[in-house]
Amino acid sequence: MSPTENKLIVHSIESFGTHDGPGIRLVVFLQGCNLQCKYCQNADTIALKGGASTEIESLIKRAINMKTYFGDDGGVTVSGGEPMLQSKALIPFFETLKTEGIHTNIDTNGLIRTPEAKHLISELADLVMFDVKATTEEGFKSITGAKGLGRLLENIQLREQSKKPYWLRYVLVPDYTDSDESLSWLIETFSGNKYLEKFEILPYHKLGIYKWESLGMDYQFKEVEENTPEQIERAFEMLKPHFKDVIVK
Amino acid sequence: MDLENTFKTGRWCKAIEVKDFVTLNITPYTGDHKFLEGPTARTSKLWDICKDALKEERQNNGLRDVDVNVVSGLTAFEAGYIDKESEVIVGLQTDKLLKRAMKPYGGYNVVKKALSEHGLEPNPIIHESFSKYTKTHNDGVFDAYTDEIRKFRSLGFLTGLPDNYARGRIIGDYRRVALYGINRLIEGKKEDLQKITGPMTDATIRLREEVSEQLRALSDMIEMGKIYGLDLSRPAQNGQEAVQWTYMAYLAAVKEQDGAAMSLGSVSSFLDIFIEKDIQDGKITESEAQEYIDQFVMKLRMVRHLRMEAYDQIFAGDPTWVTESIGGLLIDGRSKVTKTSFRFLNTLYNLGPSPEPNITILWSKNLPKGFKDYCAKVSIETSSIQYENDDLMRTSSNCDDYGIACCVSMQELGKHIQFFGARTNLAKTLLLAINSGRCENTGTQMVDGIPFIEEEYLDYAKIIDNFKIAMKEVARVYNEAMNIIHYMHDKYYYEKAQMALIDTNPKINIAYGIAGLSIVADSLSAIKHAKVKPIRDENGLTVDFQIEGDFPKYGNDDDRVDHIARDVVEHFNLELEKLPVYKNAMPTMSVLTITSNVVYGKKTGATPDGRAKGVAFAPGANPMHGRDTHGVIASLNSVAKIDYKDSKDGISNTLSVVPKSLGATPEMRIENLVRTLDGYFGCNAQHLNVNVLDRDTLLHAMEHPEDHPQLTIRVSGYAVNFVRLTREQQQEVLTRSFHETM
Ligand code: SF4
Repeated sequence: MSPTENKLIVHSIESFGTHDGPGIRLVVFLQGCNLQCKYCQNADTIALKGGASTEIESLIKRAINMKTYFGDDGGVTVSGGEPMLQSKALIPFFETLKTEGIHTNIDTNGLIRTPEAKHLISELADLVMFDVKATTEEGFKSITGAKGLGRLLENIQLREQSKKPYWLRYVLVPDYTDSDESLSWLIETFSGNKYLEKFEILPYHKLGIYKWESLGMDYQFKEVEENTPEQIERAFEMLKPHFKDVIVK
Repeated sequence: MDLENTFKTGRWCKAIEVKDFVTLNITPYTGDHKFLEGPTARTSKLWDICKDALKEERQNNGLRDVDVNVVSGLTAFEAGYIDKESEVIVGLQTDKLLKRAMKPYGGYNVVKKALSEHGLEPNPIIHESFSKYTKTHNDGVFDAYTDEIRKFRSLGFLTGLPDNYARGRIIGDYRRVALYGINRLIEGKKEDLQKITGPMTDATIRLREEVSEQLRALSDMIEMGKIYGLDLSRPAQNGQEAVQWTYMAYLAAVKEQDGAAMSLGSVSSFLDIFIEKDIQDGKITESEAQEYIDQFVMKLRMVRHLRMEAYDQIFAGDPTWVTESIGGLLIDGRSKVTKTSFRFLNTLYNLGPSPEPNITILWSKNLPKGFKDYCAKVSIETSSIQYENDDLMRTSSNCDDYGIACCVSMQELGKHIQFFGARTNLAKTLLLAINSGRCENTGTQMVDGIPFIEEEYLDYAKIIDNFKIAMKEVARVYNEAMNIIHYMHDKYYYEKAQMALIDTNPKINIAYGIAGLSIVADSLSAIKHAKVKPIRDENGLTVDFQIEGDFPKYGNDDDRVDHIARDVVEHFNLELEKLPVYKNAMPTMSVLTITSNVVYGKKTGATPDGRAKGVAFAPGANPMHGRDTHGVIASLNSVAKIDYKDSKDGISNTLSVVPKSLGATPEMRIENLVRTLDGYFGCNAQHLNVNVLDRDTLLHAMEHPEDHPQLTIRVSGYAVNFVRLTREQQQEVLTRSFHETM
């Protein structure tokens, strides 16, 4: 199935999202991803096939039914997979949510640069959460299977220039992304960004392995250990002084 | 202290109007919980003794001690203490801690059975009296029951009816004893009695007899006080006495009755007025104020009734439902939250988590933030409290002085009572519609006039037509049983002590109930949106259902099925409303199961939603386990669509989440739980139990109960000690949807 203007290909829906943006959120996980990260927690969302073609209208109804729960800062998050693969259909979705007064957020790997994706980043989304997978192109490729750091940085820059808030999320993978050089690069690259509201450190964990196994796929990061509390603490202490708000999830 | 010179005067000085006193004298508190104090040394000492006694009770098969020589009553026992020197609030049901008493007027056979399960027998004189001379409620009911009612009861269409145990659910306005003293209450009742004159119809004669009984109970209450050296004939003079007097009034009720649920009402902010005065006058410290409440609550935790094992299936874990409702708003918009509201919640820290008293927060979006946050914190840390929608109940009944009877049922204090009616099994009722009116298990003809279904696949319109016939007939039989039960309860086990603390001619509602709503909704949805083929045995009774295709399931915020649930509730309630009720009570209905969802499941064959024969129902109005696949809020929103106007006795929902799913940090968890409650009640939902627990903790407690004596979990409308549930019920709690997504 391919996305059309009034439909989204949905993997699943979580009506009580408390970890994907501010407040309580309706999280719509969209099917399909342009990357294949070795530690992906939602391996079943990667395939471009599958998912349920879902009327945008029904998603909007869900969001409206949740208004009483949203409070001042809750709303809708589209995640995935990579939601920007369906950026065309996201535009009418977000526009309607906006007229309903519902806060919108995109959880993206930030590689896609179609005009619609750019419009979402520079204009439409109330919040964008960019995944920073690695701090070098080689590192990026070793984790995601493709190069893409440059495009990600361009998109982050686009958001910064449009003067709208965004968050960065960084998975702390032992030996892959937690070196002093990596962390220093993050500080150099982003600490001057005015509209970067929050920096989330996501400890590496293996909770999603079962999904790889149930898909009959090989989880390639088996040998990578989860972070020790000291490693997390160290990264936190290093980043904390340089950003508005650093949190460990 | 002359109360009229101490407090703001008003109507309460002329008439028995506690609410007026509260409205005029309450001091709402808008701060946070930081002022609270820990337990005093005396309180800790008492609680240690209680904990040992509780351990002994658990080890002794749930019965620490019982008196087989005395029929319980207000003055039947000498004074009992935990440790007299340390007690600032005194009084036990019997002369010894956790010693139970016989209350045979509900049903003597039940008392005998309960004793024999522990190898005991009643004293021969009592035995002779109750087997030869004294008739009980249970005897009366079975004298009047029709064959049809017996059939519906024994095959599991009507279950848990209060026909062999006391009905409970009546809330005395226990505050009256503290505010007025019993002499003044006697005066009032005497005046009432004089005004009840001819013509001497049934109703008038009965009322005269009832008020005379109440007068006797009031005199007994004074005597009961004297046993503890207390003069209850006069009003309380300070905070300590206000707590003590209120407790004595409640104690009178639980000495006389062993009703299934005997709520306390809403006493915290009333007591606060006396306590606050003492604090303002510099007479007591915060620590002393907390001590009163801790010890009061400790006593409430020690209330016990003698129950037989079979009772445990419908009401597991030996509950007493000492439901205390806290919070809410006054009609003038002020909050009813006081410091003593916080002090009640603080007992869950000072004495540890506990199912009793059944602390119920009357939630309003306008409650002070400090209180909302504290409630959420307590929920997250103890899983011991439940929430009900004050904005909904207060406005729809224009009443701001009410308690919750049992789990979910609103009752205006001192002005309103209810007749408890357990519930009917709506899933079995649906199966009648598919089995030409026969019980799916036995083939017994229950309802006439339902045509046999010949088609291979079930037809939605036909099934709905048949289901309506079945609902109508089940409602009729249910109503007949209820009228008989309450007629007999009034006659043989009248709640004279509680009724003495209620206006002489109160409003009454009859509280019907239903179980199996989610199964009915999903079954009808399957029939409508998928293809359902019944598999029948040689007698044409359904033994299974084959479902082809997918269908919307209740619990996912999907109107296609949620509206089916809503409409079924509306329809069954309308059927009940058509029927004549004893004492002209107003018919109401609840969607509530207590823990009977397990036993209901056992008695129900396979259903068209794909549920296998014997599988437990979801509790209350909850979606069926594991079918709510869109997360917590979608699940809550489905339940919120059931219209309170169709189910005025309450709509119970239980939410179980793992801590992490509420948010990453403790602060976020509190914030998100508060938002969830604001959101759910903002959708006009009525009730929510909140459990915040790790499944692993429960698994550990199953294997090592001794390590978790106080582990508390909310089930449908009340809380229990998890370790006191049967293994089967523990399993059921574990299979229930635990929302774990992060
Ligand atoms: S970008 Fe996200 S969804 Fe896509 S593969 Fe990587 S981790 Fe998985």
